[in-house]
Amino acid sequence: MNLNRTFLQPEKNSQPATLLPFRFVPLDELRYVAVNAGGEHIVTDRNAIESLIDGKLPVEHPQADDFEARHFLSREKTTIAMLASQIRTRLSGLPDFTGLHMFVVTLRCDHSCQYCQVSRVSEDRAAFDMTPETADAALAHVFKSPSPHIKIEFQGGETLLNFELIKYIIEKAMILGANRDIQFVIATNLGFIDEEIINYCRDKQVFFSVSLDGPAFLHDANRPRPGNDSHARVKNALHRVRNSLGVERVSALMTTTKLSLSYPKEIVDEYVSLGFDTIFLRPLSDYGFASRSRGKIGYQSNAFVDFFKVALDRVIKWNLKGTRIVEAYTHLLLRRILTSYPTGYVDLQSPSGMGIGALLYNYNGKVYTADEGRMLAEMGDDTFCIGHVNDDYGNLIHGSNLVPMLRESMVEAVPMCSDCAFNLYCGTDPLYHYRSQGDWVGHRPTSDFCFRNMEIIKHLICLLEDDRESREVLMSWMP
Amino acid sequence: MILHSRIEVQDGGKHIRRVGQRVDDCQTALLAAGRILQFNDEEGIVRYIALPENLHPPQEGDILRIDLSAGTIGFLYRKASPHNALFITERCNSRCIMCSQPPRSIDDDYLIEEILEMLPLVSAETVEMGITGGEPTLLGEKLIQVIQSLKNNLPQTAVHMLTNGRAFKSQQWAKRIGDIQHQDLMLGIPVYSDIARLHDFIVQSQGAFDETIRGILNLASHDVPIEIRVVTHKQSLPRLRETALYIARNFPFVRQVALMGLELVGFARSNIDALWEEPCEYGDTLIEAVSELSCRGVKVLIFNHPLCVLPQKLWPYAVKSISDWKNVYIKECELCAVRERCGGLFASSEVRRPKGIKPFSEAPASPPQCPAFVTASL
Repeated sequence: MNLNRTFLQPEKNSQPATLLPFRFVPLDELRYVAVNAGGEHIVTDRNAIESLIDGKLPVEHPQADDFEARHFLSREKTTIAMLASQIRTRLSGLPDFTGLHMFVVTLRCDHSCQYCQVSRVSEDRAAFDMTPETADAALAHVFKSPSPHIKIEFQGGETLLNFELIKYIIEKAMILGANRDIQFVIATNLGFIDEEIINYCRDKQVFFSVSLDGPAFLHDANRPRPGNDSHARVKNALHRVRNSLGVERVSALMTTTKLSLSYPKEIVDEYVSLGFDTIFLRPLSDYGFASRSRGKIGYQSNAFVDFFKVALDRVIKWNLKGTRIVEAYTHLLLRRILTSYPTGYVDLQSPSGMGIGALLYNYNGKVYTADEGRMLAEMGDDTFCIGHVNDDYGNLIHGSNLVPMLRESMVEAVPMCSDCAFNLYCGTDPLYHYRSQGDWVGHRPTSDFCFRNMEIIKHLICLLEDDRESREVLMSWMP
Repeated sequence: MILHSRIEVQDGGKHIRRVGQRVDDCQTALLAAGRILQFNDEEGIVRYIALPENLHPPQEGDILRIDLSAGTIGFLYRKASPHNALFITERCNSRCIMCSQPPRSIDDDYLIEEILEMLPLVSAETVEMGITGGEPTLLGEKLIQVIQSLKNNLPQTAVHMLTNGRAFKSQQWAKRIGDIQHQDLMLGIPVYSDIARLHDFIVQSQGAFDETIRGILNLASHDVPIEIRVVTHKQSLPRLRETALYIARNFPFVRQVALMGLELVGFARSNIDALWEEPCEYGDTLIEAVSELSCRGVKVLIFNHPLCVLPQKLWPYAVKSISDWKNVYIKECELCAVRERCGGLFASSEVRRPKGIKPFSEAPASPPQCPAFVTASL
């Protein structure tokens, strides 16, 4: 090296390195992924991992420095402090406690979707609408949460059939939560939208979340209603709402049925042509009617994973052509893989976000740990009910199943999750495992949840490693 | 005798009154034809100084150092400049192979005394004030006094201090800085590699990496805003992307990361062959480093690179970073359509001009942004 002679040449490593905890899993036939205690990963091979563990990784190994810089090996006193800081950051959302509060304002609905088990085609307001008294009691719980950011989401049935109650709740919440950042979201099909609703929602900065399963033939097959015109009605109302409120105020959610599996590209293209900048490729939830009609609309997880990969590829292609559209589940996982920043998605964290991330106040005053909890209740199983809106807040949280459920289902302790390389990226879904396997701890080798997330995470890591174009697109969705 | 004077211009620059802290009774100085400074010294004797030809004409609000015994005069502060800095010491505990201000082990404590004296004279409208060296933290308690004085005398002024951060391995020292509660202080701290032995080699000091990293963590725990600086050269570029990843994963709290081109003075000049890489050849490495940081929501800036040697998708990150008194635009720049947005070159670049300096006949319509470069905030 042509350094002026008064300078010292680089040193060899003088101190021995200490091996730090890490986990690993095969990525494909040739490669392994190793993940450190804070969630940083490295793609390597089995030989390197074996030598690393044996303390025999040669300093000239091309990844020797990477193992050190990513805290698999330590020569510095600071390494532990940095790992601790990564873990602390990952969990930094916990003290905020419950941020998402769902109000089921009515069960009445004009649709009779195969995968929904709660909605009723009925005129009986008294039986299936939430009352203002129930809403008042629920609101008191909402503002017991210390979270500075409160999201109130209105669920149905078809929520707009009880718009009077939505208004009532928004008005009250704005008074009770004057010092908080509150966001309101209405989950709806927009079928009953009118000028009054549009104007009110524009003034109160309300967001809409609509169901959109894909092109008309698919959407209408999944979401039957009298006249079989669900798609046309959504499209028409979408236009009206966006014109008045702005494009960004309406988002869409899709559910993947057996029929959807054959049309991944068409579904993505439909989202693009309707101008959405986000699509969330959601598998069917295994609850309620969805469970009963499983033979008709259900499928194996590997079929979903195949569908997901093709659809994601289509999404990436659109981005490369200059149309920005983000796949929400991928975005969520990337954030967990590539950063230590906390994510708020209830089913992809540990401890689970049930109750402590989200609460659901049902039309009849019962309080559930999650949306799917009330769906299970309709099947006659009230395990995920933690009480009634009239109960004391402390009792809801501490006097119910909630805490044991959260504690026993943490990935840090669950068999197979505890030594899984991806446990910091993944999360726990106690309700899913209870429903499909009989208890909230579950059995990972036969868990669809586990299979799906393992496959998708591996697929994303491969895209990041092997495909420069995809990598650029994926990174552009971050953080 | 050294006097610090704030210049007040009257009569369109013909008369200059100097208000000095140590000579309050003096007060009128006449600038004859703009080149002669008249003032009263401590004993009240009228003195005249002919200003050197190469000295920038003093403006109202500027502060001069007049050293009668050494026969020197120079600016300590120029009100019109956005690049004022307090040069606190020439001493340093590192000896970076590309240092543009090679350290000297001399007794220069007078510098900080001077600074403490002049700060009350500085205009309260000053937007930013730098603190540089040498290594400012070697001054210990005196440095705390300087920052405290900046806080008291210049409550509107942002302060940016360049330090190697090693002193803050002491939690107590980090706390001292945090406890000042300065309204707008940022520490610029270099991290040259993600690997201890490479960083230690670049700064020529065993154990420096560990001290700097502990310093950064300690400062962060006291909420002191931090900028990380990485100088791009032959020794740092091979792991620049990994270094960016390391910073983004371990220090996501930093305010910004500056990727900085070489300034070819001092040791950088004598070590040029061990350091020089053509900027136009490491564009892809810069893109990867920027991408690792920006995708994790860390703000990143590129310093000291003229636009014509950078890939256009990095243009949104390039800032005009070279201090006015050492900043040049060369013949090729005269006709360039993007000259206004470009930071130009160091005057010292005459030692070795980067390849690929060329004028743009027209500005690109909109800087093409690759999808990986959506600037995002958390």
